[in-house]
Order: sequence, then C-alpha cells, then structure tokens
Amino acid sequence: MAIAETQVYMPQAPRPRLRLLEDERWLAFLLLVPTLVLLGMFIAYPFVRGILLSVTNSRVGVPGEFVGLANFYKIFNDGIFRTSVYNTFVYTGVTTVFKLALGLWLAMLLNRNFRGKTFTRAFILLPFIIPTVLSTFAWKWMFDPTFSVLNWLLYHFGLITGRINWLGDPDLAMISIIIVNIWRGVPFFAISLLAGLQTISPELSEAAAIDGAKPWQRFWHITWPLLLPVTMVVVLFSVIQTFADFQIVFVMTGGGPANATHLFATYAYQIGIGTGLLSEGAAISLAMFPILFLVVIIQLLYIRRVEVR
Amino acid sequence: MTRVTRRNVLKSGTALVGGMAGILATGRAPAFAQGTTVHWLRWNDFVPASDQLLRKELLPAAEKTLGIKINFETVNGNDLQPRITSAIQSGAGPDIIMLFNNHPQIYSESVVDLSELGSSMGNAEDGYYDLCKSNTVDGQKFIALPWTIVGAMIAYRKSWFDEVGSPTFPDTWEKYREVGKKLKAMGRPIGQTLGHTFGDAPTFSYPYMWSWGGSEIEKDGKTVKINKKEVVDSVKFMTAFWKEAHDEGGLAWDDTNNNRAFLSQTICATLNGASIYIESLRNPDKYITEKGAQLKTDIQHAPLPKGPAGQFAMHTFFSHVIPNYSKNQAGAKEFLKWIHTKANYEPWFVSQKGFATPPTHAWEKHKLWDEDKVMAPFKVAGLLGQTPGYPLSSSGKKPAEVLTKYIITDMYAKAVQGMAAEDAVKWAEGELTKVYA
Repeated sequence: MAIAETQVYMPQAPRPRLRLLEDERWLAFLLLVPTLVLLGMFIAYPFVRGILLSVTNSRVGVPGEFVGLANFYKIFNDGIFRTSVYNTFVYTGVTTVFKLALGLWLAMLLNRNFRGKTFTRAFILLPFIIPTVLSTFAWKWMFDPTFSVLNWLLYHFGLITGRINWLGDPDLAMISIIIVNIWRGVPFFAISLLAGLQTISPELSEAAAIDGAKPWQRFWHITWPLLLPVTMVVVLFSVIQTFADFQIVFVMTGGGPANATHLFATYAYQIGIGTGLLSEGAAISLAMFPILFLVVIIQLLYIRRVEVR
Repeated sequence: MTRVTRRNVLKSGTALVGGMAGILATGRAPAFAQGTTVHWLRWNDFVPASDQLLRKELLPAAEKTLGIKINFETVNGNDLQPRITSAIQSGAGPDIIMLFNNHPQIYSESVVDLSELGSSMGNAEDGYYDLCKSNTVDGQKFIALPWTIVGAMIAYRKSWFDEVGSPTFPDTWEKYREVGKKLKAMGRPIGQTLGHTFGDAPTFSYPYMWSWGGSEIEKDGKTVKINKKEVVDSVKFMTAFWKEAHDEGGLAWDDTNNNRAFLSQTICATLNGASIYIESLRNPDKYITEKGAQLKTDIQHAPLPKGPAGQFAMHTFFSHVIPNYSKNQAGAKEFLKWIHTKANYEPWFVSQKGFATPPTHAWEKHKLWDEDKVMAPFKVAGLLGQTPGYPLSSSGKKPAEVLTKYIITDMYAKAVQGMAAEDAVKWAEGELTKVYA
C-alpha cells in the first residue's frame, strides 16, 4: 500500500473582525440585523412618523408646527369620528363572532373523511386567496343599487317586490360590508382551526364515545378545550386585521352613505389623503392603537392562561 | 463551483446592509428614468375616444416636436387625489397631474407657479371664465393651468316628460318635483347621486343650496351662516323630493352609476356631463327605447331648475398642476404649452363632442357647437357656473376642505336618510365652523 504524500492544512489565522463573529452572541446579533432593519423601516419608522405627525398641524406638502394634543381633542369632538369608532367595534365584533362560528363549523366538517376532501379544502380557501379588492368589486356589483343580482334573484323568487337599497341605506350598507368581511374571513378560521383539530388525537373522542358521550358532549368537553389555544390565536389575528380593515369598506361604500360606514382606517384616509389634513388623519389612525393594544394584551394574557392550564 | 460558506454569506449580507445604509444616508431612492421623460397623470376619460386620440396621435406628435418622452397614465377620477397626496409627501411621482374643481388649492404650497403660462393662454383666447380663475388662482398666482369644464346639465328623456304633460323641462324645483313624482309612479324615477364622488354629487348639492339662498360661508370669508330658514327649507324640500321622485339607490352612487342607469333606461333624468348622450351617439343601435327608436333621439339637456333665490350651476372643472418635486418642470411646462396650442387642443376638443367646454371665451365661436342642437346648452356652461365657496371670489383652501369632506352633499344625504332637516343643517354648521375657524 502506497503511502500518499499528505499535506498538512494550515489555516491562516482569521482576521480579528471575522473572529468576532465566532462569538455566538455577536453572530446572533448580526443575523438579527436584517429583521431589525426591516421591522424598523416598515413598522417602527411609520409608527414613530405617525406619532410625530399627529402632534403637528401638518398638511400635505406643509410640515406644520407642534400643536400638542390639539388634533386628538379635535377628533374626539368630531361626530363622524365617533361614528367610525362605533362602526369599527360593531364591524369587528359581529364579523369575528360569525367568522369563528362558521369557521369552526366548516373545520369540523372538513375534518371528516369524504371523497374530494383535498379539493374541497383547497376550494374553500378561494375567498382568502383572491385579491380582496377584486372580490370586493364583485360584491359591489352584487349589491349595486340598480343592477344587484341579489335583488334580481330575490325578486324572481318572489321574495321581494321592490329593490333592496343595499349600499344606500346606512344599516343595510353596514350589513353588506359585514357579510363581505365574513365571507372573506371564514376560510382563514376554517383552515387554521382544521390544522388545530388535526392535532387532537381521535382516540380521545373514541374513548369518550365508548363511555357513552354524545357528539355535543365530546365537542364541548374534549375538542373545544383542546382547540382553545389555537382558536384564541386565530381570533387575535382576526381582530387585529378586522379592526384595521380598509379595503372592503373603501371599495364597497367609501365610508358612505353620508359617512355611515366609516371605520378608523377609511376615515383616517379620507381626512389625511382626501382632504390633505395629514396630522388629523394620523391622529385618527393612532386613536385605534390604544384600543387595539388593550385588546391584544387581554387576549395574549388569556392565551397564556389557557396554555398553562 | 463557488463554495458557500458562512463567512461568504456574512460578507454579502454586510454589503447588502451597507448598500441600504447608503440609500438611507443620502435620503434618496435610486434615480430611474430621470431626464426628458414627462409623466402625465389624468383620469380615465368618460369619452374614451379622447384618450385614444391622445395615445395614438397627439402624444406621439408632441414627443416628435418637443423631443421628450411622455409617459401617459390614466386612473379613475376619484383616485387622482390620493395619487397627488402621496406623490407630494414622498417627493416623487408624475410631472403633470390632472385635478378637479378647487382641489389644486389644497396643494398650493407644493406646486409650480404657472402664472406666465396661464396669463398668456388666457390673454390669447379672449380670457378665462371666472370659475376657472377662482379654482386655479390662489389669490396671486396660477397654481394650476385650466384645462376644461365639463358642463353639468340634466340629461332627460324627452318622450317620458311629454307623457306626463311636461313638453318643456320644468324650470323650477316645485315643477320638477311634480313631474318627477308622476314619472317615479311609472317606474321612471330621477337619478341623482348624493354619494362621496367628485363630480355629480357636488355639482348638484351646491347649486341646489345656492338656489334656495344658502351658502357655506358669507362674503367676509369668516362667518358661517348656513343655519337659516332658507337652507332648512331646502333640506325639507329635498327630503320629500327624494322620496317622491328619486331613485333612492342614489345615495350609494358614484359618477358612473347614473350613466349606466340612464343608458339602461331605469331613470328619466340625471344631472351629468354630456357623456350619456355621447355614448348613445357612439352606439346608436345598442341603446333602443321601448318604442324601438334610437335612444339618442330621445335625449335632451337642460340646466338645473330655479329656486327661490335664482338659478345656479356648478360644473366639474379640470386643471393640471406641476408638483414642485418634478425634475422635469421645464419639459412639463413646454408640453402644457404645446397641448394648449389651438392646433393641438382642437382635435382633442372635437373628440369630446361637447362633453368638455374649453376654459376660455374664444372657443364659444367654434363650429362644433352648431353641429348638434342637443349639445348647445354646454356651449355657455363656463359662463354660468359658480365655484365652491360662493359668494367668495376665490375658491381657496377652506372651500376645498369643505368640498373634499363632502359636507354640503352630506347635509342633504343625512336628511334623506331620516335625520331631521334642522339637525342636518346644524350638523353642517358645526362642520363648517370647524373648517372656517
């Protein structure tokens, strides 16, 4: 056996700068930098900029001067702002309840074995996949004051004798945007809860069934408690997204009729972008922050409690 | 093959972060396509043939003559304001932006002085209509260059009005209400938007209020006196008028809904530009009346009726601004000068078939106005129109704020939704007081 000539690999001593990166703490920090930069640019900077804007009298193209909390005082005395706050709570509350109920029901159905299960699961995601603006335009047509296909159907089935003024009546306009939000949000709940359901061992339910537990009892005493942590997270995400919703209302009603369906985001947009009163728009946007922050804290605390139980 | 090591990745990442840091340090995004490209942002014209003409003929001719590249972009009319606001705030965007009504006043500090161009153009064409100056002069200088006026007239179905005993269009609100009542009973209501949309909503609600003797502000420019009997009466009248004679879906309409409703023959009349009639001319066999006639033969135009204080009009006004941030201000000005030259503006004006009335008196003599009698009322639209803020001579920042908040339109919309007339006027008074404070 020939003995191969071997070369001894003598690594060059690393330069001090790179040697620093051998330290796990520095490396961890460096690896976090891209995330920090992104968070800083796209979350922290706009947020801080929003705060700075809200305490000035800045208009579009005019930097403005410091005015303290004058903008907040102004918006709290603004009837349309109060309507927007009320609407936002109603919109978020009603849609979340329906999305949860329908999403859970759908998830339970999809958790069963049936032919075409995979296709059905993919299909129900459609409302969530289609760009919101696009699907909302389709809904706008369906609720159109003159050419509503829903009215046409109801009329031809003999259920109505005149047109329903879906988007022209304040209450019906609110109901319309709530329907669209629920339609769009249910798949998110369904798929997330389905993922949660699949982590629950079917043996638990089977054992309970052998012991004589009825379906409702099995759901209430086994499935629901085990699904609760996932449910809370899904609800948390949904509440945050719905509270700050913009697209559906902007496309469907533009906040109308006569400001009756404005939410925080759409009213902030109208004042800040439409009228050019950037500081007031920023104040309206920021006014939702403490409320949202409180909701998130309560929910997170609750999730923690559920998890350690 | 290059080996991917942890150190290589770290080095590349450091370089990337360094690059981003460079951009952030200079405070400027990388410059693309700077130079002789002029980016022109306009609305999607309600007369599509005009946009085609610009794209296929006028802009290539301008590029050839001026030696510049023109990037032509059209968006929905209601999206122009969001675009200019974000462009001004970010300091980058189109070089020329079309705006409606008195919207340029909102951006007066951020746009280029166009006085030289505005004055020379006005002088060369027998002067501007008052409404053009009111919308584009900030008290001292032209902040926008007047482009056109889209006259707001009521398009109505002549035969349907004849059927209910109104051979001529009603000349007072009372008569219009009576006729409208009969027509709605026949399933042919009046169509009118009271929604948040730039054109048909304010061009109805403002002159309607003025015709009853109301105004958002007094002549001193400080006193809000909208809460008075005349305005309350106008709101009460509107509430009943709406229920008795209007398509109640109008609360949710934008500027396109009434066109569709009229052309599908579900409404008898609507305040609009001439786009409905022009569309019926463009597709005569597509729009056929219930009697088998072409719809175009049954459309007439009339001004808004008189109220107790007289007859008023407000037309949708169009102008162009050049934002301060533009790197191509000279090119943008040259282009505006070129497009406003008679030889270049005329083909565009003709393609509009009277939908657009030019901003100067000289064009009243144009032969286009003699070609179709149905379009005749639009010839003098510029003479009759007032601007938001009337009776103020300049439609400045405050009237622009009132307009963009839709306060006057909402006053009527709230009442037709069920709010007491007194409360609706009181609400408007509160909102106006905050604006004019």
